[in-house]
Amino acid sequence: MILLWGSNARAAHPIFFHHVLRGIHNGARMYCIDPRRSESARWADVWLGIDVGSDIALANAMGKVIIDRGLHNDQFIRHATTGFDDYVQMVNDYPLGRATEITGIPGGAIEEMAIAYATAETAQICWTLGITEHHNATDNVLALINLALLTGHVGRYGSGLCPLRGQNNVQGGGDMGAIPNKLPGFQDVENDELRARVEGIWGRSIPPKRGWHLTQMFEAMEAGMLRGLYVIGENPAESEADVNHARKLLDHLDFMVVQDIFMTRTAERADVVLPSAADWCESEGTVTSSERRVQRVRKALDPPGEARTDLDIVSHMAEAMGGGWGRPSAEEAWDELRRVSPMHAGMAYRRLDALGGIQWPCWNEDHPGEKFIHHRLWADPLVGDPVPFIPTEWVTPVDRLTQDYPYRLTTGRHLDGFNTGVQSGGFDSPIRIGGTLDLSSEDAVRLGVNDGDVVRVSSRRASIDVPARVDEGLREGLVFMTLHYPETADVNQLTIEAWDPKSGTAEFKATAVRLEKVGA
Amino acid sequence: MIDITIDGEVVQVVSGSTLLDACRLIGKDQPTLCYLETLSPVNVCRVCVVELEGSRTLVPSCSRMAESGMVVQTDSERVRHSRKVVLEFLASSVDLSLAGSEVRDWLDQYEARPDRFGPRAAPTGDRDRRHAGHHHRTTGSVAETVQQSIKIDNPLYVRDYSRCILCYKCVEACGEDAQNTFAIAVAGRGFDARISTEFDVALPESACVYCGNCIGVCPTGALMFRSEHELRQAEMWEEERQTVTRTICSYCGVGCNLDLHVQDNRIEKVTSPQDHDVTSGHLCIKGRFGYEYVQELGDLATTPIDEVLARARQH
Repeated sequence: MILLWGSNARAAHPIFFHHVLRGIHNGARMYCIDPRRSESARWADVWLGIDVGSDIALANAMGKVIIDRGLHNDQFIRHATTGFDDYVQMVNDYPLGRATEITGIPGGAIEEMAIAYATAETAQICWTLGITEHHNATDNVLALINLALLTGHVGRYGSGLCPLRGQNNVQGGGDMGAIPNKLPGFQDVENDELRARVEGIWGRSIPPKRGWHLTQMFEAMEAGMLRGLYVIGENPAESEADVNHARKLLDHLDFMVVQDIFMTRTAERADVVLPSAADWCESEGTVTSSERRVQRVRKALDPPGEARTDLDIVSHMAEAMGGGWGRPSAEEAWDELRRVSPMHAGMAYRRLDALGGIQWPCWNEDHPGEKFIHHRLWADPLVGDPVPFIPTEWVTPVDRLTQDYPYRLTTGRHLDGFNTGVQSGGFDSPIRIGGTLDLSSEDAVRLGVNDGDVVRVSSRRASIDVPARVDEGLREGLVFMTLHYPETADVNQLTIEAWDPKSGTAEFKATAVRLEKVGA
Repeated sequence: MIDITIDGEVVQVVSGSTLLDACRLIGKDQPTLCYLETLSPVNVCRVCVVELEGSRTLVPSCSRMAESGMVVQTDSERVRHSRKVVLEFLASSVDLSLAGSEVRDWLDQYEARPDRFGPRAAPTGDRDRRHAGHHHRTTGSVAETVQQSIKIDNPLYVRDYSRCILCYKCVEACGEDAQNTFAIAVAGRGFDARISTEFDVALPESACVYCGNCIGVCPTGALMFRSEHELRQAEMWEEERQTVTRTICSYCGVGCNLDLHVQDNRIEKVTSPQDHDVTSGHLCIKGRFGYEYVQELGDLATTPIDEVLARARQH
């Protein structure tokens, strides 16, 4: 059984969805929880059209149904978890009636899904940005984890929690320590022992305190505490929520270096632009997929003009700063990483080649990697610490719906688009429909708009004019835009900069807007 | 385990194996056209047939399950004759010039003489409009063919059904075996059978989502990247000068393996390995076709993004 929650994988992760479809053809049931009846939802046994930002209420109500009917996995809970009693108390505040009021989903459907999930032999919860692009993103994820703990659908082959990553190395970026609080291999930078070990390998001292994440950096820019910025392969001048504000902050920096394969809007604002090679086809290295599989990327093309690989640029930069790194090859850099990060230790290049990638952890060169993790939770006696239930309360999205801003705008991807369109805009896609404001036929009638009519979409931050497109997958009051066409449909002028203090993710999924027809 | 006898040799195979699996186990690969490891067998090409003792007809080795005690001949007169005729029918009516070299080897091996049906008949040009029963008896002096003009109706790939042997692989890949889009199917009957979109509409009006998984499985070059087609037309497609480099797609976190076919520092075609368990050879539109942004498009470092994209779109 598959719970596809806040994910339109059919469009955003098409080859993962091939595997889902194989499961469906083999008899797996799929419940799709999404405000839109998306391309993915059309393959579901049941589509639950949830109101944007009410996921925690749904998860908690499911938890209550499961407990009330005695379908929770008592043995697993006692063996591998803590905090169950607090969880029970909290979900008691989410009876079906209240959940329906908050989520817009009929109680019977919630009940059916909860029972199906709890009684399935194996069950997966797969999610994407519909869960994580909220101001309470971490709580949303915790609410799903609680369901897996409640039923024991974790740490077993075929059961688990599966966040689908949006880029080829989101997972790898975190694994490599490109997050403010971790060293490579998720070793806590504030742990003196772990830090000392890595300092020993690098022969350098490491700042003992965590750094800022992206959203905190923008706050620091606003406060005047961050005056210089080195941007590698990111386009915040188009991808940030409340993007006009972000652009202003970037423009006021003393100094900005941008290292990118394109002259992006961010690069246009830079003092220095370092042209870099495309990582997936003009340089060597590794990336890590959603399933923790480390695989090699290889150079197939010579980069254009003066562009150099990121590794080359960073090595030169280090040399200029007196770093003395030399010019390591990608494999040499990787071998150093294998010394620093124990969970990558066994991943020699030749093994990655021979095995078609390896899923971490891979502790040594005899270790095959792990198809799934958390199996320790089933070991008797339990290996390591038990996992806590972390009760999470539902709260509304920050950008409230009011009479002035009565429509809920949410965002997502098209099958042939990718993020701000810098890459996907380059090829001639026959199915590209461009940037539109998608709305339900009920709202189209109310506003008197037809496909192609221009509507003015206004949030509390900005207004933009875009063509309308009626989408039968949308419900009354819900409108949709993609982020692929910032030149013609700059949706991030509208979105709110409210962000999750735990993950730093902004609430791209929930904007309150007003719609007016401006022309045919 | 199951014991069967192939050409006098006893073979042990695990239950659930096909006769083809058993043949391969002892190094006796059989010719196949419609069979692919990643697709369900459809039993249409009939070149993999073998003789099974006690069976009235020859059986397709790609899908017939091995049963204990089976006695199989893979090179009997009957098998050789059947394969020869099948290959003659195909080679006389279809352009096999871009099919894998193994197909030409089989033609030699089975002494196929496709020319014995007479010279190729002039193309009729109406293959997409034919109906069952609307035929006149032919004189038998010429060999009818499936020759027709190439369908070029979108910027990404072309369909040259003069090369189509109706192996159904594209239909399977578009359908339940992979993409589940069901944009194409087999229309017509008998010699009129052909791969078609619904009502033969052009691809942009069809359900096609341009994953290119049909191209990935096509064994005869009937389905082809437009870039490859244009280079071939200009006699500039030079496979011996190309490199094939395996890397990972950048468009999402699934980790699809891409094989980039590069000529003169340009990507001309993208495939995916069929034996990798992430993709089984299948990709989406972005992985298959979304590479134009890394092609030579002028000085990227100094050209504004709008111009780069505009230039890319002209390609």
